[in-house]
Amino acid sequence: MNVLVFLVPMALGLGLVGLFAFLWSLRSGQYEDLDGAALRVLNDDDITG
Amino acid sequence: MELAVEGIACGGCIARIEGALKRMPGVVEARVNFTNRRLTVAWIKEAISPGAVIEALDKMGYGARPFAPRLAEDEDARAARELMKCLATAGFAAMNIMLLSVSVWSGNITDITPETRDFFHWLSALIAVPAVAYAGRPFLRSALGALRARSVNMDVPISLGVLLAVGMSLIETINHAEHAYFDSAVMLLFFLLCGRYLDHAMRRRTRAVAGNLAALRAEIAQRLERNGDVIEVPAAALEPGDRIVVRPGDRLPADGVVVDGTSEIDESLVTGETAGRTRRGGEMVYAGSLNLTGALTLRVTAAGERTLLDEVERLLEKAVKSKSRYVRLADRAARCYAPVVHTAAAATLGGWLLAGASLHDAVIAAISVLIITCPCALALAVPAVQVVAAGRLFRNGVILNAGDAIERLAEIDTVVFDKTGTLTLPEGRVANAAAVPPDLLELAARLGLSSRHPLAAAVAREARDRKPFPGVVEDAGQGVRAIVEGREARLGSASHCRLDGLLQHPASQASIIAVRHGERWAVLMVDQALRPDAVSIVGGLRARGLAMRILSGDRRDAIAPIAAALGISDWQAGLTPDRKVEALKSLAAQGHRVLMVGDGINDAPSLAQAHVSMSPISAAELSQAHADAVFLGAHLAPVLESVLTARAARRLMLQNLSLAAVYNLIAIPIAVAGLVTPLIAALAMSGSSLLVTANALRLRLSRRRRADEAPQQPGSAPATLAAP
Repeated sequence: MNVLVFLVPMALGLGLVGLFAFLWSLRSGQYEDLDGAALRVLNDDDITG
Repeated sequence: MELAVEGIACGGCIARIEGALKRMPGVVEARVNFTNRRLTVAWIKEAISPGAVIEALDKMGYGARPFAPRLAEDEDARAARELMKCLATAGFAAMNIMLLSVSVWSGNITDITPETRDFFHWLSALIAVPAVAYAGRPFLRSALGALRARSVNMDVPISLGVLLAVGMSLIETINHAEHAYFDSAVMLLFFLLCGRYLDHAMRRRTRAVAGNLAALRAEIAQRLERNGDVIEVPAAALEPGDRIVVRPGDRLPADGVVVDGTSEIDESLVTGETAGRTRRGGEMVYAGSLNLTGALTLRVTAAGERTLLDEVERLLEKAVKSKSRYVRLADRAARCYAPVVHTAAAATLGGWLLAGASLHDAVIAAISVLIITCPCALALAVPAVQVVAAGRLFRNGVILNAGDAIERLAEIDTVVFDKTGTLTLPEGRVANAAAVPPDLLELAARLGLSSRHPLAAAVAREARDRKPFPGVVEDAGQGVRAIVEGREARLGSASHCRLDGLLQHPASQASIIAVRHGERWAVLMVDQALRPDAVSIVGGLRARGLAMRILSGDRRDAIAPIAAALGISDWQAGLTPDRKVEALKSLAAQGHRVLMVGDGINDAPSLAQAHVSMSPISAAELSQAHADAVFLGAHLAPVLESVLTARAARRLMLQNLSLAAVYNLIAIPIAVAGLVTPLIAALAMSGSSLLVTANALRLRLSRRRRADEAPQQPGSAPATLAAP
């Protein structure tokens, strides 16, 4: 059962990383304009030359 | 005074706010608009101050602010983000706790040591307590607000269930017990947040569209000063009696009388009338119409609040309010639900105590009743179907504005159509294209590309080569001309093409435009084409037992042939917006539930008044904002599809609600008997949620089956109504 000492914090840690990644993406406004983002990928503005 | 109110979450809140405010001395009227979460209060100035009203709302647990449109939309976005954060947190917690719980459950029947089990329970507690404290806030806040005002809403049993489950699990963990219910509490929260977020997301879209309303009105006006200067002023600053100049291509900022100039005016957004009207000195023009051909000088008769457009807006507001009384299926179900559950829990507690059980066991049994009956399936029953139905409608080119549109759509027995832009395509079409020499038609079409007049635009749609001629000159109000292949080519009115003598006006509702190239000439008839599938769709709706009507602002002779072609005998022409609303009201008074399909600004109040409403995507923004659904494309098929989908969806919602009821009938006795272990609770809750969701997904299957049986009739031959 000693293995739990590593496994449990690891499982929780990974979950927390996921959660905070999601919260960060939410806060940074990545879900504000989903349709817009889908269209923006077709935009060629960033191609130079 | 209008107030934006925060925290109105259910039908009960409306009664609470209105009741409380009306009891305040000095308040004449208080009315909550649930759709846009606004509150209108009328009060006597001497008796009470607006601050007191806001304070009273605050005490009841509602934040209120005088209304500022932008703010409300921000508020919405903020609320959605917060719900999403709570949802993410609850989801994370639910997954991790379930991981630990499964270990405990399998351990309980094999070889888990009490120490390991306690460790896992403590870990679960460590995750669950902060997660519930954070993700439960939307429910806790609303429940606290309700309790503080000494009343009960749906969030009270939810919060109670979750808090009791966590509290009991904590105590059981401290006592080294075998069972803890952290997983149930958090999973419950997760499912409920899902339902609430979906609901919120649907409503939010509506608000965003409604926010566009302001853009419709011409904001800037060109005012003519006494000394002859023209200065730009905000349209709101215009006073009756001011003189303004309106250039071609601009929308009119105010109602007025033409004092100088002649121009063709497109009033289709205001009245539904299709043919552009020539307005000259002394005639009235209305705000919101489009000035097409010439510059006009107007004397303003009504500006700002009193324009025809504002009249429409005022009608709208009233209509929207009268409709917000609709109680959703889920709310109705919830209203019966809460008392039953609380009574059952109290009875369980009392029963066990009377039977001689210890207080500890009795409380646990009562709490497990609250947990297992917590409206998990109930909260998902309706939103799950709604989301599937909305998805199915979306694939058919229908975008829903209102979350409860599907429920209302399922109840209709009458369909009322507007004509212009709804039954007919919004753009004109050359009706006699086949009778005109192709090269002359092509010439006319390419000339038409250079003009913004709607008749020219209709002709231009015939162009195969979409390049305008160089050096085209537009004579305002007359037509365009250019030199083509060495000879002069003209497109425009009969006189512009010097055909006055050669042309008799045929008796037809079609509009006429002429083309001349050197000595050759032709007359083109532009009319409104029926939507390609209008006949078959109207037939399909009739076959489903729906009565059909046309209410239009257009002329009689423009509607009669269309009504005849569609076989609709019940039609009225030349209706103003308020007459349309009246007609709908009288239909409603006769007990009919009406689906209104319309597109013009003049339809907007009727769209809001009708039981449920749809607009084509080409509709005025104002109309789209007040339609419950918007459909795309040139076909009318989405209207029929929506009605069918809505009916199927309603059947499924009712099924789901019965499923949830059956589930409770089975679960409550088990809980009352005190036999609920965390495993049973988790299985029962996720089982019922999955069952309800799976049932909702049947809506997709039924579509495929029907699509196989009766393939959609694609655009049958467009019905032409022009009398050549």
